[in-house]
Formats: sequence, C-alpha cells, structure tokens
Amino acid sequence: MRIITVDDSSTMRRIIKNTLKRIGYGDEILEAENGKEALDVLSNNEVDLIITDWNMPVMDGLTFVKKVRSDSKFDDVPIIMVTTEAAKEDIITALKAGVNNYVVKPFTPQVLKEKIEAVMGLKD
Amino acid sequence: MSAKLSVEWVNPFIGATEEILSTVAMIEPKRGKLMLKRDNTVEYDVSGIIGITGEAVGSIALSFPKKTAIDVVSNFTGEEVLGIDADTADAIGELTNMIAGRAKKLFSEKGIKLKISVPNVVIGKNHTISSPKGTPTIVIPFESQNGNFAIQVSLVPNKSED
Repeated sequence: MRIITVDDSSTMRRIIKNTLKRIGYGDEILEAENGKEALDVLSNNEVDLIITDWNMPVMDGLTFVKKVRSDSKFDDVPIIMVTTEAAKEDIITALKAGVNNYVVKPFTPQVLKEKIEAVMGLKD
Repeated sequence: MSAKLSVEWVNPFIGATEEILSTVAMIEPKRGKLMLKRDNTVEYDVSGIIGITGEAVGSIALSFPKKTAIDVVSNFTGEEVLGIDADTADAIGELTNMIAGRAKKLFSEKGIKLKISVPNVVIGKNHTISSPKGTPTIVIPFESQNGNFAIQVSLVPNKSED
C-alpha cells in the first residue's frame, strides 16, 4: 500500500512513518510538508491512502482535502485526518470537507491501525 | 467569564499540559503556584508558542530549560536527542500544538470557540517573550522528574466575538 503523510512537523511525519511501519503499512510512504506540496506529489504519484494534518502553513489540511475531493482523479482516495483539532465542530467540519476518518493527536498505533482498516474496508 | 484572566481561562491549559506530557513524554508534571507575570523575562531556553484567536486573543507558551527539553523530546520521539537542533525545536512545537489543541477542545466543551495558529519555537538562553500591552500573562510553573518547566497563558476575552 502506498501512503502519503502530510504534516508540517518533521517530528510528526517521523512518528507517523514509524507507526505505519510498526502496524504493517510501511511498504511505501511518501511525505509532504503542507497541502500544496502534497498536491504536487499527488500529481506525479498514485496513492492508496492520504494521512494529513489540519494546521499547516502554505496550504492547510482542510483546503487540501477539498482540493483532493474536487479532483476526479483522487476523489475516491481514503483520507484520514491526524490532528490536534479535537473539538466536535472541527471533526464535523473535516468530515463535511471529505475526510473519511479522524485521529486526534496524540494517538496510539492501535488507533491508527483501526482507522486505516476502517477506511480501507479491511475490517470485518 | 470576566475580562481579567481568571482560572477559568487558565485551567484548560494546565489540564492539557499535564495530560499531553504524561501521555507522550512519560513525565508526571507537578504544578506549582500560579504567578502573574510582571516582566517579559522567561528563565528557560526553549519555548514553543502558539497564537490564539476567536472568543479570546493571545498566546500560550511552553518553556523548558535545555536539559528538560532534550529529555522530553527524547521520550516523545523515542529517539535519543543530544542537543537542541531543528528537529528538537520541531518536536517542542508539536508538543505545544498538542497542548493547545487539547485545551481548545476543553474550551469547546464549555461553549468557548478558539482558533489556534501553527507553532513557533524560540531557542536562546534566558530569552524573552513579550505580551501585548494590557494582556495579562499567567505563568504556571511545573516540577517533574526531568526538571522544571513552565507554561505561560497570555489571553484577553475578544469582545468582537461575543
């Protein structure tokens, strides 16, 4: 599975990459520092899953998700938002924008695994 | 809530700091006595700072001495950190982001809507963080097994959002 992780924090990208490897999804991980950079990466690469932060400079996660969902090439790619934005209204806003599932930082490997399985249809 | 910086505005940040640092950095912070900040000096070496807007305007800063910052980031990332570099600064910024995000959720549960900025990190021995004139700043010192650190909450209610 090819996954792109989008986060302005190099620490979070590293933590997410290490977590993905631990839970068996570390085959191929692409990275981007913000939504704009992620769109550039996606223009040259197909991915099976997008994991994105919300608060980022240049292009935030919400704008990025809306752009992805408005492009027929990516409109069915599952998106998980991994963010500190944990207020109920934030989660609703993200889901309305096209996010499939939501993980609040800090998270455990088990939580990320369950969310990935849910959006990829891997759960019983 | 009153216009002054009451404990109602500070407690969510205290709770968020204790919860996040114990969860991701495996330290058990013990809160000291709250102080109203009288000058701009911070007795620490690394600070993560996040701007706050919405129904209150200001900032929160998470400040560590160098050794504590190194220990906290080592625990957080699971990797041995030897000094304060760009990666350490990034991790302190992310910890500040997590604390502000958790506090935002706690405020939301009280019906107060806030927005948080992306974090900035200041590195420098005994650096200074200025607050706008008229914005009260409360310093909350913490003790931990990895050394002392502090958060500074600098907020005023935003009447235009009422």
